[in-house]
Amino acid sequence: MPFRLTDLPRKRYGMPGNAACPGCPETMGLRYVKMALGDKVVLVIPAGCSSVIQGVAPRSGINFPILNIVFASAASAASGMAAAFETMGKDYQVVVWAGDGGTADIGFQALSGAAERNDNIIYICVDNEAYMNTGIQRSGLTPFGAWTTTTWTGKTEKKKPLPFIMIAHGVPYVATATVGYPQDFIDKLRKAASIKGLKYIHLHVPCPVGWRFDPGLTVKVAQLAVQTGAFPLFEYENGKFRLSPYSGMVRDPKRRAPLTEYLKLQGRFQTVLKDPEKLKGLQREIDEMWEWIALLEKGLAPRP
Amino acid sequence: MGQVEVVEPKTLWFAPVSYPAPASSGKTGLWRTERPVVHLDKCVKCLFCWLYCPEDTIVRREDDYVYVDYEYCKGCGICAEVCPTHAIEMVPEVVGEGQ
Amino acid sequence: MTKRALTGNHAVAEAAKLARVKVVAAYPITPQTTIVEKLAEMIEKGELEAKMIRVESEHSAMAATLGAAAAGARAFTATASHGLLYMHEVLWWTAGARIPVVMAVVARAIGPPWNIHVEHSDVMDQRDTGWIISIAQENQEAFDLTLQAFRISEDPRVYLPMIVSLDGFILSHTVAPVDVPPQEDVDAWLPPRRQPYTITPESNVVMGNIANNEEYYMMRFSIQTAMQAAKKVIDEVDVEFGKAFGRRYGGLVECYLCDDADYVMLLAGSWAGDAKKAAEQLREEGIRAGVARVRFIRPWPEEFIRERLVNVKGVIVFDRSISFGSYGQLFTDTAATLYGQTSLRGVIAGLGGVDVKPEDFASEVRDFVSKVEEHGRVYEPRRWLLPKKYSKLAEEVVA
Repeated sequence: MPFRLTDLPRKRYGMPGNAACPGCPETMGLRYVKMALGDKVVLVIPAGCSSVIQGVAPRSGINFPILNIVFASAASAASGMAAAFETMGKDYQVVVWAGDGGTADIGFQALSGAAERNDNIIYICVDNEAYMNTGIQRSGLTPFGAWTTTTWTGKTEKKKPLPFIMIAHGVPYVATATVGYPQDFIDKLRKAASIKGLKYIHLHVPCPVGWRFDPGLTVKVAQLAVQTGAFPLFEYENGKFRLSPYSGMVRDPKRRAPLTEYLKLQGRFQTVLKDPEKLKGLQREIDEMWEWIALLEKGLAPRP
Repeated sequence: MGQVEVVEPKTLWFAPVSYPAPASSGKTGLWRTERPVVHLDKCVKCLFCWLYCPEDTIVRREDDYVYVDYEYCKGCGICAEVCPTHAIEMVPEVVGEGQ
Repeated sequence: MTKRALTGNHAVAEAAKLARVKVVAAYPITPQTTIVEKLAEMIEKGELEAKMIRVESEHSAMAATLGAAAAGARAFTATASHGLLYMHEVLWWTAGARIPVVMAVVARAIGPPWNIHVEHSDVMDQRDTGWIISIAQENQEAFDLTLQAFRISEDPRVYLPMIVSLDGFILSHTVAPVDVPPQEDVDAWLPPRRQPYTITPESNVVMGNIANNEEYYMMRFSIQTAMQAAKKVIDEVDVEFGKAFGRRYGGLVECYLCDDADYVMLLAGSWAGDAKKAAEQLREEGIRAGVARVRFIRPWPEEFIRERLVNVKGVIVFDRSISFGSYGQLFTDTAATLYGQTSLRGVIAGLGGVDVKPEDFASEVRDFVSKVEEHGRVYEPRRWLLPKKYSKLAEEVVA
């Protein structure tokens, strides 16, 4: 549902003076969460960049009440909060704001459990494609070929297809979004808030420090990820799959911007650009995602 | 039955409790090496800069033109990049004469 | 007084129900399973108005319990052995957050090899976390301690989470008569939940972001201050509970025949019953023996030990666990409190669920008594009561 920016009330959505790096997409994302969901939200944040972005007590640099929690437990702590609010008759949104580690790796078990139980939470994975907070080490969500501090010659494994894994869990709502297209993200958040059960949103957050690009280019890199097909935007709602408009436009590979346009802005992909085999590997990883999308669009995957 | 009461602790109390507030990491404006300068004559009030600013330091005026909160702006340059009319210019922070 | 025949586990479940817990998040592990099964049954039959989160691991169990408690609900969980170890990290997080929750721990040995029988190692492993830790001797006490745990942990002088431990199988699965008071009586005694803060859109609280080292240190100091205050609260609650329900245990330590004792056995858990029998037997033999049954290992009852045990002829500590490379944990704390003021012996026994009978306690005491009478002052920090078929090794091997 398109809305006008001017319709949003004039108020503080973020929290200036926080500890985030200049150009940080996570602080951008948090502003959109506030724009979308307003003031009845409690965040659950496991160890990650956003833990540190809160700065030093007794102040916090994120404009929400927050339960900071240990790395592996974001989904379960959120499930507990949601259950408690339900017993208290409170209509609050419990939102997990977890990075790749806290979602796809150390936190995956808890997420999978919460999904199987269909606990009533919104789970947002802020995917900056590495363990950025601890110094850019690779994660399960690091793309093929990317440089990280634990994959100096480029990751040799593929990015875990987490949104599709969540679709396979059969939860009521799965979506991908990016800070490059905030209105799309805000729409998806509002949609998620209106559904009961586990809602999973995979948010692409290009990190200037870890991906090696100028901090002013965060939005451009995020948009190029969509325009080149590298990060498809879609929604899966109760069994129905829908490509979002910005990705619908590039369903046909011939209509995508060349992948190299996206890669050349990022220092972490320099070896990929120089090595045709690596480039093919990364393209293959992206193509696999689109193959899943093709299956889902045709309704060939099980529908709950 | 069983609604919770928040009751103040009666023993010496230091606990990991904080509240959202600006300056949790100090005056982050001091981090800048460049500052955004908004040329209002080119501004069309699209609010993209306000939308994309990670720090909430592009502030909407009542008339929807924008100004910058230089106390906290980190100088990332996203606003300058997204402005469709190139109304925002990133200008190096000057330390002083002859430096 | 309605007495019901209940296993220790079911007694704990009944107490949690009477305390009107609102959220239960638990993962099954022998020998705790029947606590969770009973609570699930109570909820589904409508006897308990609560939500059960059938979490996928113990780490998640404690995280969900903490999340629910931080939101403002009375939350409860239960575990044992490996499950308790798995959630260890979250125990620290819960105590540090100063959010009251109650957990039942059915004490069980830790593998490998797999062993489901009683040992106190799992509970002892949590001593440093900032949780109040209590250990029951009987099913009735496990029931009473569970009710009291909500009262103690939610007291504004305390605000620390609490463990109620009961021995695996010996208490958890053994049926005994338990007096279960009616709901109205519990409602009259147990106040509504109190906590120092909640995390809600109204309170706008943020819990846990980075603090300066100095403030962090003071938060640790604050936990210790609460532990000290808890001693008084535990005693007060013991008295009030006695007035309301007719049962008192004596606070942090139950002193059995220890007022005029020359030799005191110090220990925790269900085998204290056997030690008490041994004390009675020894008295008949002319040895003035007594039992100091430690009910709370955290906060450690240093005042009781300093006041009541310094002038006895000897204290003999029985640990159903050991800190490898060092001593039994109860021994270490006792020795630190007594620091050489009386004869002291530490005995490791009953590991892995090996049974220890009253005669085993009695013969240890007799041996200790004869050594003290012969040498005047005795200090034996680590003696082993090995299983009968291996008992000779205790003399042959240095351990």
